[in-house]
Amino acid sequence: MADVREAVTRAHREEWARVVAALTRRFGDLDIAEEAAAEAFATAVERWPADGVPPNPGGWLTTTANRKAIDRLRREEKRDGKQQEARMVLDDSPPEPPGAIDDDRLRLIFTCCHPALAMEARLALTLRMVGGLTMPEIARAFLVAESAMGQRITRAKAKIKAARIPYRVPSAEDLPARVSGVLAVLFLVFNEGYLATGPDTGPVRHELTAEAIRLTRLIRVLLPDDGEVAGLLALMLLIEARRPARVSAGGELVPLAEQDRGAWDATLIDEGHRLVRERLAAAAAGVAPGRYQILAAINAVHTSVRDVRDTDWTQVVALYDQLARVDPSPMVALNRAIAVAELDGPNVALAVVNRLENTLAGYHAYHATRAELLRRTGQDQQARAAYDRAIDLAGNTAETAYLTRRRDQLR
Amino acid sequence: MQYLLSVVHDETGLADLDEQAAIDVFNDRLQADGNWVFAGGLGAPVNATVIDNRGKEAVITDGPFLESKEYLAGFWIIEAPDLDVALELAAEGSKACNRKVEVRPFLAE
Repeated sequence: MADVREAVTRAHREEWARVVAALTRRFGDLDIAEEAAAEAFATAVERWPADGVPPNPGGWLTTTANRKAIDRLRREEKRDGKQQEARMVLDDSPPEPPGAIDDDRLRLIFTCCHPALAMEARLALTLRMVGGLTMPEIARAFLVAESAMGQRITRAKAKIKAARIPYRVPSAEDLPARVSGVLAVLFLVFNEGYLATGPDTGPVRHELTAEAIRLTRLIRVLLPDDGEVAGLLALMLLIEARRPARVSAGGELVPLAEQDRGAWDATLIDEGHRLVRERLAAAAAGVAPGRYQILAAINAVHTSVRDVRDTDWTQVVALYDQLARVDPSPMVALNRAIAVAELDGPNVALAVVNRLENTLAGYHAYHATRAELLRRTGQDQQARAAYDRAIDLAGNTAETAYLTRRRDQLR
Repeated sequence: MQYLLSVVHDETGLADLDEQAAIDVFNDRLQADGNWVFAGGLGAPVNATVIDNRGKEAVITDGPFLESKEYLAGFWIIEAPDLDVALELAAEGSKACNRKVEVRPFLAE
């Protein structure tokens, strides 16, 4: 019995996106695909305990879901007595040569992450259609009411149909921009899990980081040559590896320098480092790395030493310089300043940080960084005010606890 | 599938000569590629008249239906197989007329 339950769970994890994607391609309708896939899994829960787990669970689920979808269409046809409304636009071009991108799941991902959909709709739709999370799970993850989340997904599906958002892998010309849109969605899911916001939530929502990693792994399988996909996966793995050391038993955020590095997950770090080395080799061959690859490299520097005092800050600053050329945002400048403080001292870094006030004053990380640098340069009063501001703005419970303790340590 | 590409503009003023020339090039391309259905530039909103004949008799009001900072300056109706193609054409149209463009699908028949 436990084995059957385990088999259903595994099939859900491994086959959900494939079933939904295949049905969407066949019936040209996300609603039908989603509903039929859900019914097929419900049937599996009912039948597998008695009938046994089929030898090819994925095939069984797809066949069952197909039958459910056809049943529904027949019912609707009988009821409406008229032709079905226009279905989604299908890609009827000849199949790509083997090895090229020809997986239905990829079409599904690109449709769910289409730039014509609002970012929140992309997140919700991706988690539902590709990730297979239930509506209540997604609603809980983003702290919105289930009805609101349901409406968000319904509206997005309606727009896909009405505006004819195609079910297709974008053209080679559009591919880099569209892939980066997909990665942005996955990174947002990851970050929401990693730095969960809200006074009543735990500081880390592991289910979200795990789901983001799982989906990025899937995209890596589908787009093995894309450097940014590898970069984002490496980045997530290297951040996730530090999760056991990142929040203290008392629920307080532990900064990188104070973490127990022995608690880091060595397997994830190895995998992350392997990906970073793969991208370094590509960079050496002349492929310019994008932001996720550079961020992953920075995290690789941090995770490659057992003692924070051995950190190669020169390299970290050099990588941030490289990142600033790709992504000249104030947030990158702020993070670079943190590394500069280690290399050139807090005074130099503080001067850099102060110049970012105009753009980052509403952001807690700006005040937290400034508070730390002010403390290190002995300006306690100003540091206290900066901690106050950071505490007001921070939304993560572990971070608030950490900042509060730091502030209260000041004389 | 047809899409309405609305040209959104925030000040009164017609397309200048460069913009007009670019719009002509774009229109020619739409026609050559089979995407063209119809297009036109609109007169200023101050010259609009609203009519409401839902009651007993038609009520005529001077001026636009909505007073707003941004208004519809012109439009294209295009034929495109899907939203990606429509967006691509809208991007070119926006560049040509040097204004924002809203893409909206017609109801499927």
